Amino acid sequence: MTSIELQDEIIEDFSLFEDDLESKLFYLMDLGKKLPEMPIEHKSEDYIVKGCQSKVWLFPVYEDDKLYFEADSNTEITKGLVSLLVKIYSGKTPQEILNTELYFIEKIGMSRMIGSQRSNGFTSMIKQMKMYAFALIKQ
Amino acid sequence: MSAINIQSIRSLFPILHQEVNKHPLVYLDNAATTQKPLAVIEALQNYYKTDNANIHRGAHTLADRATGMFEDTRKAVQQFINAAEAAECIFTKGVTESINLVAQTWGRKNLQAGDEVIISYLEHHSNIVPWQMICAEKGAILKVIPVLANGTLDMAAYHQLLSDRTKLVACVWASNALGTINPVEEIITAAHAHKAIVLLDGAQAGSHLEVDVQALDIDFLTLSGHKLYGPTGVGVLYGKRALLDEMPPYQGGGEMIKEVSFEQTTYNEIPFKFEAGTPNIADVIAFKFAIEFVNNLGKKNIIAHENLLLQTFVLGVQKLNDEIGSSPIVLYGTAPDKVAVQSFIIKGKHPFDIGLMLDARGIAVRTGHHCTQPLMHFYQIEGTVRASFAVYNTLEEVAVLLEALRKICIK
Repeated sequence: MTSIELQDEIIEDFSLFEDDLESKLFYLMDLGKKLPEMPIEHKSEDYIVKGCQSKVWLFPVYEDDKLYFEADSNTEITKGLVSLLVKIYSGKTPQEILNTELYFIEKIGMSRMIGSQRSNGFTSMIKQMKMYAFALIKQ
Repeated sequence: MSAINIQSIRSLFPILHQEVNKHPLVYLDNAATTQKPLAVIEALQNYYKTDNANIHRGAHTLADRATGMFEDTRKAVQQFINAAEAAECIFTKGVTESINLVAQTWGRKNLQAGDEVIISYLEHHSNIVPWQMICAEKGAILKVIPVLANGTLDMAAYHQLLSDRTKLVACVWASNALGTINPVEEIITAAHAHKAIVLLDGAQAGSHLEVDVQALDIDFLTLSGHKLYGPTGVGVLYGKRALLDEMPPYQGGGEMIKEVSFEQTTYNEIPFKFEAGTPNIADVIAFKFAIEFVNNLGKKNIIAHENLLLQTFVLGVQKLNDEIGSSPIVLYGTAPDKVAVQSFIIKGKHPFDIGLMLDARGIAVRTGHHCTQPLMHFYQIEGTVRASFAVYNTLEEVAVLLEALRKICIK
């Protein structure tokens, strides 16, 4: 699926909850639980996303010109957040990742859902993933 | 049952009557700041509408009026804490400034290399860092009273720490993170036996406990206006006159002087010696109405109602733990003598996540280390969720919190 299709899918899923913030958060936590387990050896200091209050690990895997991400977090909501990004970015080329505009964030009412502190952390995750993509293009 | 009518109290607080995230607001972050009764809000407005002027030394009517109102608050504070005289009550911008004032004036003058300052494990950072700073500067030593698992101070250890090297004991009266009420009478008596003076951090005690500085022989006491139903930006430092008179000024500037020439300045009397510059006039004036609000309800009634809320919550948690099994909710701070503050965690859940989940139901709590990182290290946790109650909270709100926690636990 393209990143647009994936984002539209996320928007549709969240729209089912309308304004029920609590259900949205429970759903986000459920999404986090579905993330494939991250190998413990990849959960090192080097792969911690800087700028997040909670601990978030992002490990990039580059295969057949495509970038894949393993991710984990010590908090459930943050894990749900990173899982959304993994869903959209994993399996895309670095150029696609750099070109993707993440319009779903506003559409699902992210900032109201997670507050300003977590929103900053979420931006740091996006930045980190784009950095990995950028580094591959530069090579 | 409560001797006060909670619904009529709630009607005095406009902010409580709103929805947050489509749920009625349940405000349980009162240890961080309390909401303000209408009388305080109106006093602020009225001051700017009709009385605004800079205080003291004014020849005109408005200045005179504003000065009178400002000094009326000082008298109200004096009565509120039973100080011997109003001049012993100094207005600051908050507890943090009050403590820094003592550290930087009394501490700078009186501490010497090898002297000891005792604080406790329960302290807020604002009663740790100012002492670290002045101790480092003077070569004095900072000692810490350990805490026991239930959140009470290890008083046997305290008595061991005291010696003739002890110059000051700076201790929180009621812990903001755990709610523990410390045995301040014992702390003060023992310190005085070693000729040490005592500063009590009354940030939480102010709104929850009876305060009588003379009966307890307190040397310094700090209060926070905004934790006492008053405006932000107002704090009090109470000090015994004998101590305050001997202390050098904190900041130089207007108000704190008697006479200034380029060669020499002589300083004003207390309290003005410590109130350099134009003070926070409007908020100080409005603060009086917060004190009156508390006085009108009566501390005894407030304490009784808040204890009921706390006990109902604690019992509710125990019931939830039994119902769900494997006790998912762990309480921190189970001292027998507590103000209405309860810290807890839910096993396997991050406090911040719990905070967000509760906010989605309109419930405001605080999550994190509560500016007591050493205490969190003691418990080997990153932080807690803290529910803190005020007189306007209801048993129904406790039930809403418990129900929200149940949902988070079983999810």
